[in-house]
Amino acid sequence: MDTYIDYQKVDGIIEAHHGQPSAIIAILQEIQEQYRYIPRQVFPHLSRRIGLSEASLYSVTTFYENFSLEQKGKIVFKVCDGTACHVRKSLPILERLRKELSLSEEKITTDDLEFTVETVACLGACGLSPVLTINGKVYPAMTPDKASELLKSLKEEVRSC
Amino acid sequence: MSNNGTMVIDGLTVEIGDEKNLLELIRKAGTELPTLCYASELSIHGACRMCMVENERGGLDAACSEPPRAGMEIRTNTERLRKYRKNILELLLANHCRDCTTCGNSGHCKLQDLAIRFNIDRVRFVNMALDPKPDNSSLCITKDENKCILCGNCVRMCSEIQDVGAIDFAFRGSKMKVTTAFNIPIGESNCIGCGQCATVCPTGAIVVRDNTEAVWRELGDKNAEVTVQIAPAVRVALGKEFGLKEGENSMGLIVSALRRMGFHKIFDTSTAADLTVLEESRELQNRLKEKHDFPLFTSCCPAWVNHCEKRYPELMANVSTCRSPMQMFASVIKEQYCNSSKRQVHVAIMPCTAKKFEAARNEFKTDERPNVNYVLTTQEVIRMIKGSGLIFSNLEPEAVDSPFGLMTGSGVIFGVTGGVTEAVLRDISSDRSNSGLNKIAFIGVRGMTGVKEAQVTVGEREVKIAVVSGLGNADRVIEALKSGCKKYDFVEIMACPGGCVCGAGQPYIPAELKIDRAKGLYSVDKLTSIKRSGENPLVDLLYNGLLKNKSHQLLHVSYTSAGKESHI
Repeated sequence: MDTYIDYQKVDGIIEAHHGQPSAIIAILQEIQEQYRYIPRQVFPHLSRRIGLSEASLYSVTTFYENFSLEQKGKIVFKVCDGTACHVRKSLPILERLRKELSLSEEKITTDDLEFTVETVACLGACGLSPVLTINGKVYPAMTPDKASELLKSLKEEVRSC
Repeated sequence: MSNNGTMVIDGLTVEIGDEKNLLELIRKAGTELPTLCYASELSIHGACRMCMVENERGGLDAACSEPPRAGMEIRTNTERLRKYRKNILELLLANHCRDCTTCGNSGHCKLQDLAIRFNIDRVRFVNMALDPKPDNSSLCITKDENKCILCGNCVRMCSEIQDVGAIDFAFRGSKMKVTTAFNIPIGESNCIGCGQCATVCPTGAIVVRDNTEAVWRELGDKNAEVTVQIAPAVRVALGKEFGLKEGENSMGLIVSALRRMGFHKIFDTSTAADLTVLEESRELQNRLKEKHDFPLFTSCCPAWVNHCEKRYPELMANVSTCRSPMQMFASVIKEQYCNSSKRQVHVAIMPCTAKKFEAARNEFKTDERPNVNYVLTTQEVIRMIKGSGLIFSNLEPEAVDSPFGLMTGSGVIFGVTGGVTEAVLRDISSDRSNSGLNKIAFIGVRGMTGVKEAQVTVGEREVKIAVVSGLGNADRVIEALKSGCKKYDFVEIMACPGGCVCGAGQPYIPAELKIDRAKGLYSVDKLTSIKRSGENPLVDLLYNGLLKNKSHQLLHVSYTSAGKESHI
């Protein structure tokens, strides 16, 4: 599915950084904020405006884990798998979420583009481990069951609206 | 004498000159330090770590990225360094498809060479890249990620020198590879086929496509008549492989070898270059009358035409409608032999990888069949000569075939940057004396500099000229034109730095030796009795015969990308 791209908005982002090639990471981050991922269609436009080849843009976006070239769901679960969370059993939480949404390490977003489940190396909230975030909001001291509950209520919210 | 002081390399005191890095100084002092990611024309990458040297404190420096300092004392070949280098090689080989005997770069591979030099008799690690993984989507090059050692030479060549940026590193860590945006096949990317990446690839990860088998089959077919044309630049690059000097003209020997191999008619592309000169000068003179803002760009270089189509489609109307000499000749030959009883096959021997793409373009087909059936690079012809068993140096030089056996010096110098311009100027200059020729040679069109400027008076008018080689330079010139900082009437663009003599189809040559090949072509020019294309008697015969009423149809092209039918 092709995302509709508002190129005026993209240009606004580029302008804010004076079209500087050195600002490419910031520009990509802001585009990602808009669309929740970096749509492939913006590459030729970005390349022309910033003067970096599409191959170089691809290089930057694939280098950083934070950038996604795949469309993500409206609700993004980030399960922390840093050392502290890992030893306090973050993996079963991740597995539970994946199982309930029929996702895997390769397929991280549901077909209806509602949910994405991914891991993150460390959220810096080790005292609250194991933690996960849902669209940026932190949920501490998680268990697989608590995660299931959260997912259930979110699913209901999605259905009702 | 420089006053940068001295340093000690392996116990030998050497004077420090203007070397940018230790590596250059060490090589100058006579030690061939191993490198995989160093190419003098590219920026320093420092990735392969093969050039590490041990300093006086026992520390290790990468010679490629360390400037020489007075008082330094280094060793280049210690037990520790040997161990490290072997280790690096083993690790590289563990990630490398080692099917050397069937690899396109076998015998020219730096990794193979270093494995032999460092006596790698076993690799302790499991091989993670057993099978070749070729990307054959391009007509010009084959890319194989399982043979890539991530030295980045191709990436830097493509972005720094050519400014094409078709490839870059993608992903990270053990998943890192050199690829196109979104990993699409290279033939579908913005790659223009110049092949310069292949010239700097130390392994077989990027090699020029090989068409030799198909040509051998045609030579063996009794029903086929195989004609061949040899580009100017080939003659000064081929001989080195057979013991001749770099830049030495081996045209006679090549003709002789090709005839022995079974080619039926052998011609010199320089002949067609004479036609190109005349057509192109006519086009220029017409344009000068019309007063255009933008210059006329040359069209001989297919990689440049590709690049223009992809990056500056709006400028395609400024690209000369002249076919390249290869395609002009192909049209003429097709016309000449169209009534032959045998199936006609035309082969072009070129210094160029992008010609393989040009030959396959729809614009250059007659009845859906390409006018040039196969393009062989100089490297491929070298392989064929070796395969035939001929002892090249024992051959007697022979001349090309009639009826296209005449060429001028102008046609020959097409192979070097500035050559096309010089040839056109010889044609349009009103000074027909020998000193006139000399004047043209020294107005600034010669030399290996990437951007050269010249100015000549044609009639009443001052004509401003730029001669550009290397597509990165072309981009800079076009930017200057667009911003209005510069104004030219005629711009010659060759994609490969130095022009066709340094094409990617030629055997590899370090940047500093490229000038030898250029000198080779200029000395061929000196030895030809006719210097101006218009004075070639064959050209007159053609215009009054085979090309009569057909010259536009056979010698010009309207690229579909140019949008509109151009007129002369």
